[in-house]
Order: sequence, then structure tokens, then C-alpha cells
Amino acid sequence: MGDHVILILIDMDTIEVSNLNRQFLFRKWHVGQSKAKVAREAVLKFKPDISITAYHANVKDPEFNVDFFKQFNVVLNGLDNLDARRHVNRLCLAADIPLVESGTTGFLGQVTVHVKGRTECYECQPKPTPKSYPVCTITSTPSKFVHCIVWAKDLLFAKLFGDKNQDNDLNIHSTDATNPSNNVEDVFEYKADEDSDQYGRRIYDHVFGYNIDLALANEETWKNRRKPTPLYLKDVMPKQLAKENGKLDKQKLADSVAVSAMSSLGLKNPQDIWNLEENTKIFLEAMKLFIEGREKDIGNLTFDKDDQLSVEFVTAAANIRASSFGIPMHSLFEAKGIAGNIVHAIATTNAIIAGLIVLEAIKVLQNDAENYRMTYCLEHPSRKMLLMPVEPFEPNKSCYVCSENPLSLEVNTLTTKLKDVVEKIVRSKLGMNSPMIMLGASLIFEVGDDLDEDEAANYASNLEKVLAKLPTPVTSGTMLKVEDLQQELSCNINIKHRDEFDEEKEPDGMVLSGWIQPSERQTQTTNNGEATSNAPASTSSPDDSDDLEILDTEPITLSGNKRKVAEISMTGDSGPFKKSSATTNSIVVDIENENGQPALDAADDDVVVMVHDESVHRKKARSQ
Amino acid sequence: MLIDTQNKMNGEELTEQETALYDRQIRIWGADAQRRLSKSHILVSGITGTIVEFCKNVVLAGIGSLTLMDDRLVSEKDLLVNFLIPPDEDKYKEKTIAEVCSDSLRDFNPMVSVSFEKGSLSGCEDGFFDKFDTVIIGRCSLNNKKEMNIKCRKRQKKIAFYTVDCRDSCGEIFVDLQSCKYQKKTVDGTAECFMQYPSFEEAISVSWSSLPKNVSKMYFAMRVIEKFEQDAGRNPGETSSEDLQKLLEFWQNMCQTNSLKESLIPVALLERLLVFTEEHPPVCAIIGGILGQEVIKAISGKGEPLKNFFFFDAATGKGTIEDISPRTDG
Repeated sequence: MGDHVILILIDMDTIEVSNLNRQFLFRKWHVGQSKAKVAREAVLKFKPDISITAYHANVKDPEFNVDFFKQFNVVLNGLDNLDARRHVNRLCLAADIPLVESGTTGFLGQVTVHVKGRTECYECQPKPTPKSYPVCTITSTPSKFVHCIVWAKDLLFAKLFGDKNQDNDLNIHSTDATNPSNNVEDVFEYKADEDSDQYGRRIYDHVFGYNIDLALANEETWKNRRKPTPLYLKDVMPKQLAKENGKLDKQKLADSVAVSAMSSLGLKNPQDIWNLEENTKIFLEAMKLFIEGREKDIGNLTFDKDDQLSVEFVTAAANIRASSFGIPMHSLFEAKGIAGNIVHAIATTNAIIAGLIVLEAIKVLQNDAENYRMTYCLEHPSRKMLLMPVEPFEPNKSCYVCSENPLSLEVNTLTTKLKDVVEKIVRSKLGMNSPMIMLGASLIFEVGDDLDEDEAANYASNLEKVLAKLPTPVTSGTMLKVEDLQQELSCNINIKHRDEFDEEKEPDGMVLSGWIQPSERQTQTTNNGEATSNAPASTSSPDDSDDLEILDTEPITLSGNKRKVAEISMTGDSGPFKKSSATTNSIVVDIENENGQPALDAADDDVVVMVHDESVHRKKARSQ
Repeated sequence: MLIDTQNKMNGEELTEQETALYDRQIRIWGADAQRRLSKSHILVSGITGTIVEFCKNVVLAGIGSLTLMDDRLVSEKDLLVNFLIPPDEDKYKEKTIAEVCSDSLRDFNPMVSVSFEKGSLSGCEDGFFDKFDTVIIGRCSLNNKKEMNIKCRKRQKKIAFYTVDCRDSCGEIFVDLQSCKYQKKTVDGTAECFMQYPSFEEAISVSWSSLPKNVSKMYFAMRVIEKFEQDAGRNPGETSSEDLQKLLEFWQNMCQTNSLKESLIPVALLERLLVFTEEHPPVCAIIGGILGQEVIKAISGKGEPLKNFFFFDAATGKGTIEDISPRTDG
């Protein structure tokens, strides 16, 4: 019979060694190549007669618009970040194409089916946004190791090796405004006659010693908290202080295959937990290696978990800070996992989820709508079940994505700039990629390649204005219309002015609401999350392996109880290439992105598989 | 705890290559479990689509060695469910399935030793089993299952025994770990637990009327099909719609002899398993995944292994564990 399937793969990522323990279409010699392209080649090897196109691209690119999606009978997601999933969800709704979503973390996984009008869309149930921490916890009062990692990665590392023009909270302490900050910026600049050793030591003493002493001066902060111990080199490593290392042999550095403080110091095992002195040595050695061996990188580095030296630096810095605050230290292996938001993954769970995805996809292709289901793969059986099917729920009538529910935004219209609303609400919370913002008939803001100079300048200047002072003032009682044409999503947001916001509970300084809680029954299901490893049915208790960005965002406040949803997270890295039996129409390939970075990270990875079936035959799902 | 210390004292560490390749799974089960995996030796006999999925999973996971046994030549049907067989006839003709699959599997992880043995498992002498710590039988006859299980149990060394069979869009796994110690995560850390497994024969001898009402129908249906094939002298899976009448009579007789109600097994289920004996690839992946996980758990000693049957039916979407053990056992 002429069953003909056309398969499209979209993935922006390249293959890494750590993928190979489960992404079995790839081999060692493929490392560095495009996942989509290599997957396609691997498939053709054992199924030469199928039509398969690979795009090494980001699924959020404008070329993948509604018309593009309309070509398909079904879309299968193997994405690993919320942002991309929401984007595809909206496109599938706009194109009215069924979407099979999925995710895995370790032993847990799930597959869900989303059909416009018939079931919930992916966003009907609020998905927790990546965990964020209040700025003061990171800068002044860490209590967990993850806080130290965030400090080391997003503050110290960024300050020393990242973009100098970026705002950085490193020297901001408590809300005590009397800290003299006029000399702060100078600390991180090289002094005239300083060599890399001296610089490193000075920085060490400044961030681990002096800054802590400064913080201790504010008694209020430590009333009910354990006081941190300032750490100075003279106390931590008194013998080393006199040693003059001199400049490293530049030639040696150039020749070395991997610049690594661990190798330099002979610390071989990434699973060892170094003591304070070892961490200090790694810290100083890493600093030296960056300054002398990677000068050209300094000033434009962002943390990359695959950059050994960066990981060593962040581990050491986090550990020293942890030591100071009485928090247990961690091995490089563990620290890397936290700092890199690494998601644990194995071939078996992915195989199970892949099989389940295919079963649902077949149902879609055969219009077997009555039998669509959501399936959860559990680590520990529940009522004897390791695989638990649940009927899909009806669409949430107050979902602002698939039902047009208006939202409300509480914000200080006199002090909040438009750009903050665009970043924190429109892009982040609402997940819009290319937003357009209107007030009545006035276009306040839009993005696009085709804007002329005047328009672009106008929007740029609008971004810098506070809401109430925009040419068309956005004040309490007005309503913004926010749209993303590519996603075909339109939202109305009612503006309510509020003067004060709680720094800890509302770190964004604005609160979006109006999304009514789905019913009790629906709260049983688990949600996709991101790079977290909570088991279903547990309340998501903060965990050292949680996401780490200092995001100034908070999960959308729901009117009603703020239910903590259990999460099974993401990546649909599913393995097998299913050979189609003569009667089935679909072949599935899901590929995963290694990064597992939360939504706002630029290093996204998109895996979307679309199946275009030219001749859908009505066959029983089980027929052979 | 003690096992961990001993391993560290042995001074064996994972190589840099292993740490890089297995990073994502070491983050789940730890370096010690990974080491234990790398020392395991697994035998699979009867290469079906599901078995192939399983093989892929454990090879990727980094076991020590995998040995395949299946003297059959590749057929058209195999091509439909077995992704390890290259579609090019020149590449597989004259070769047994075991050989073709071993060749493909080696590519998946060069650190695992993959080989094949000629002959059939039932023809092997008892000592042959001692090479392995885990034996898995793909679809085979009732008597073979019992026999292989007993042979494994008789060995001094403890050999973990599994059978797996998928038909239509269903699958069954049987697990026999004899006596098993494992580490279970508790609120305070880990606790050591102990489980005792019945042999296959002991399990299927448990009287059906003594089993709880909610036991998966698939358990019963598979036993009926199994016995029917055995008594009719058929190879497993060699049945068709023409046998339906005979099967139903067979089942009726069973009910009379054992005082069972015919309604215990829906006819539709029996029919499915009888007529549609081919495997369904996505189900192979699911069952192969569950089996892979179980074998890894048993080898690593981490996590509670399932006892002692697992069933999946795509029609219901449920993947269920059933404990079919004689009551007198602990």
C-alpha cells in the first residue's frame, strides 16, 4: 500500500559527547555536527525510502510561520525549554494542527496531546517558570549552595570575564544605602604594576574578605542569621603568600590542549570535594590561566558548562563563598550540574517516551480522537502502574492563549519604564517573541526588520520612558493590546497602578494576573517544567539542582491559591527510530538539546518533528 | 554504603572517556553504579524487535558485555520491527540474526564488548550460563522458559533471569532475581531492602482463583496462549485467526478443569494475542525501555526492582506491575 510519510526535523543544536549515552543516531565522529542533519542521515540508512528534510535552525525563526505549520498532520515536540514549547504551542493553535508534547528527566517522563478546541492547549495549565532567587539572597545572604553558584557564575565570573558594560550587582550589599560605592568599580581593574598573581590574590581578598567584612558591619542583616566568616589569603593559605609564581610560560599555555587549573594542580577527580585550601588554589590558578592564557576571551565570556576552566573557576568561587557562609561544599561534578542546569538523562526513559509519542501520533494520523491520552512514566509505581494514562482535559476557558482571556497588570506607571514591561511581562511571562504593543489606535512598540529609521528611533525612545509619560500615556484603567503576529497570539492587559511592591515576593516590581486556576481535578496532573528534577506528586521543594538564573521574574501570580505544581521536566530526547510497519504511517525522530537552559537563555535548542502524511488510512491503531 | 567504600578502596575509577560519555546517567545513579554496570555480562536469546530495543539500551548504558543468540536467518518480518538490520539484503543474507545485530550494536558503544554465539540456548551445557549474570529470553515456548529459568537457578552464581514477549500492541516482562538486595532511597538516606522471587514455574502455578480481582487480564491471556501453543506443538507466535475456535475451546476446557469463569479473560484480548502476533514497534520501544531499566537497576543494586510481572497494553495505555507469587513465600 502506498502509505507515504514526509518527515521534517528542526533542531538548532550540534552533537556533544554527553549526548551519546542516549541519542543513538549519533556516533563519536559526529560531535560538532548538526543534530537534525545527522539524524536524517542515520534514518535514511535504515529507511532509505522515506522523505525527510532537516533544518538546522531555531524553531522560533520567522520562516516557521503558521503557513509552514499548516502543511502538517501532526507536530511532535522534543524541546527542552519552556519558551520554545510555548511558541510551538501557539503556532499549532493558530494552524489548528494537533501537537504531541513530551518531556523526560531521569526516570520520569510524560507525553501529552493537544488539539485546539478539544483538549487543553500546552499553556492551559500554568507551567512554572524557572526558579529565580531574590537578588539580596545572592549578593548578601546565601543559605544554600545554589545561591553560591549563582553568585559565582552570574556575578563574579560575569564581572571578571564578561561584558564590562553589563550591570552587575556584585558589590551591592543589603539595602543599607550608606555603602560607599565610589571606589567599587576600580577594584576590578588591573593596577599599573600588578601581575596576574597579585591581581588574583587581591580579588580573592576583596570578594571573600573585604566584602564580607563590609556586610558584617550591618548588624541588622545578621540578627537572626549565621554570620559569614571573612576569608583572607593570609589566613587560608599563609605559606603560599610569599611565593612568587611569575608569569606562566606563554608557549606552554599555547601548546596545552586544555587549559585547566585542575591539571595544573594535579587534582584529577571531578567527583572529589576539595577543601578550602584546594578551592583557593584552584581559584587563583584559574584566574591566572584566564588572564595569561585566554586574554582575548576576557570581556566577552559567558559561562559555558563545557568550558572546563570556567567550570573550575565557578566551582572554586562558589565553594569558597559556601565555606564562608557555613554551607557544605560540592564537587566539580556536582557544581557543574547546578551551574550548567544539566539535566540527567538515560536511554531507557527516552525510549519509553518515544514509544508513547509514536502511539499518540498514530492516533492523530488515524483521527482516533476518542483515544488520545496523556501518559505519565513514573519512577515508583502508583496503584501498581509505572505507566499511567490520563484522559486529556478540556480547554481551560480562562487560558489567555487558547481562549481570549484578558489579563491585568499591577505596576507603578510613574516609575516603570516600558522596556521593563516588554522584557519581564511581554517576552518573559507571555512568551512573545516578536511583540507589538498598542494602546487604542496607537502603536507604542514593535519589533521588525522592516522598520524605518524614524519608527525604530521612536520605539527605542519609548522603551526608555516610564509608562505614564509615553506619548500615549499608559495609566491606571487603560488597556494594552499585545500581539505576536507570528504566534498569532493576542492579549489584552488591563493596567492598574500600584505604588509599592515587595522586593522579596514581587522582585519584578509588577504583577500579572487574571488567569483563573483550573479546577481541582486538573491539579492532579504533573506539569512540564524545566531543568528541575522533582518527582510528581511532591510539592516542588527547592532543590540544589534547580535552575539558576537570577531572573527578576516570578511565576505568574494566580488569583486564588498559588498551587505549587509538581514537575516533570522537559527534554523529549527520545531515542528510537521506529521502523514503520506496513500499516503505520509515521516515523519519529526526536533529538535533544544538551543545554537544558531555562527559558530566557539564548542558547536554546529546538527539536520539532512534523509528520506530513499524504494518505491517511483509517486503520485500527492495533492492526498489523 | 559498604559496597561504595569497597569500590573506592579498589582504586578503580572511571576513565575520562567514560566520565564524559556517561555524564548524564552518572548524575542519576552515581559512579559506583556505573562501574558495576561496566562489569556486567548479559546474554540475550531470541532476537525480537523488543529484545533489540533492550540491547540498544544496555549497550548505550555501558555494560561490560552483551552476547546474542539466535540462529534464524533474517526474514522480511524481522525488517519491519528490527532497526538493527540494514535494509540492504547483501548485508544480511547468509548471516544469522544474532550476527547481523551484533555487528550493528557494536557501533553504539565501542566500550561494550558485543558478540554472538551460535546454536540455541537449550542446547548449551549448564556451565555456559556461568559466564553471565543476566539472562534474557525473547519470545520462546512455555517449556523452554521453564527450563532456562531452572538452569539459571541451579547455578551457584546468582543469575538474574528475564523473559519478554510482545504481541500486537501489548507486552509482558517476567522477572526472576531469586533473592535480591537493593538500596532504596528513604527520607533519611538509603536503606537496604530484601526481596524473594519465585521461579517462573512457581509463579504460574499460583492458582488463578486465589489472585486478587484486579490482576491484569493480560497475565491470564498470555498464559492461555502460551499453553495453547505448547500443547498444539506450535512455535511461539505461529498462530492465526484460523486457530480462534480451537483456542476458545481450549480456554473453555481450562475453565472447567480449574473452576474458572470464562469472563476472566475478554475474548477480544485472546483474539488479539492469537491473531496479531507481530510486534508493534513503539511498544517494542516501551517494553525494551522498561526491561532495560529493570536490568540496570538489578545490576547496579540501586532502586527497587519490579516484582515480578510487567504488562503494557496500548489499548488501555496502562503499564502495570503484577506480583504473582506463591503466598507462602516471604
